[in-house]
Amino acid sequence: MKSYSFAALLFLFWIFLSGHFDPLLLGFGVASVALTVFLSKRMNVIDHKSYPLHLSSKLPGFFVYIFREIIKANVDVITRVLGWRGASISPQLIDIPLLQKTDLGAVIYANAITLTPGTVSIELSKETITIHALTKEAADELLTGSMSNEISNRVFKQ
Amino acid sequence: MIIDILSWICLLAGGVLGIIGGIGIHRFPDFYSRLHAAGITDTLCAMLILLGLGLQAGWSIAAFKLALIFLFLFFTSPTASHALANAALHSGLTPKLDRDSRGAKS
Repeated sequence: MKSYSFAALLFLFWIFLSGHFDPLLLGFGVASVALTVFLSKRMNVIDHKSYPLHLSSKLPGFFVYIFREIIKANVDVITRVLGWRGASISPQLIDIPLLQKTDLGAVIYANAITLTPGTVSIELSKETITIHALTKEAADELLTGSMSNEISNRVFKQ
Repeated sequence: MIIDILSWICLLAGGVLGIIGGIGIHRFPDFYSRLHAAGITDTLCAMLILLGLGLQAGWSIAAFKLALIFLFLFFTSPTASHALANAALHSGLTPKLDRDSRGAKS
């Protein structure tokens, strides 16, 4: 069941990338999609984790949230780069608890932290993430755990 | 016409942000804080430039490809930053920290 939707998506992807509709090229597309699906099936990688189709309806809300965060963080880092109004940096290395239950949640959380400028996730363990933050404010914001909550609410809540 | 102006605003703002990111890389004191400055060029700068190019392209396959470039950048750039920072930490590069930071290691 899953591999059919995977094949359909791959073929749609192929059409959008090529833009050609000659029978010969479409045939090549079908052949390459079939080969890819066959190999993925043999490697057993079409599962809940690597092909999280059940999360696709949550994607737009999450993107809106993460874009807002990225823009906010960018403005903050830009003022500190240029030193406007005496803005300065105060680098921090902190450990924050990892409250995500699944591997996928942990990856999304760590990537979201790194995507927002001003905070980079350096090390991931079972219970904590080590963060390098450019400023004390950014570190404090992460310590409140609001981003982790947002991800849990927006991505994983049924 | 309006779309042209919008796309120029996006492209110019993206270019300026790229320059600001470069300034940040020069101004910040150590490797880890420079990563944050590079983060500007990774995210908002790339977003604005790709948006500007997408506005120029209109509804076409080119715009779809630009969107895909953006998506892949969005997924891979944090992974690359994380890998860099992780490798730096493991090879013993200690970050310059603010003096009054709490919970700092080493």
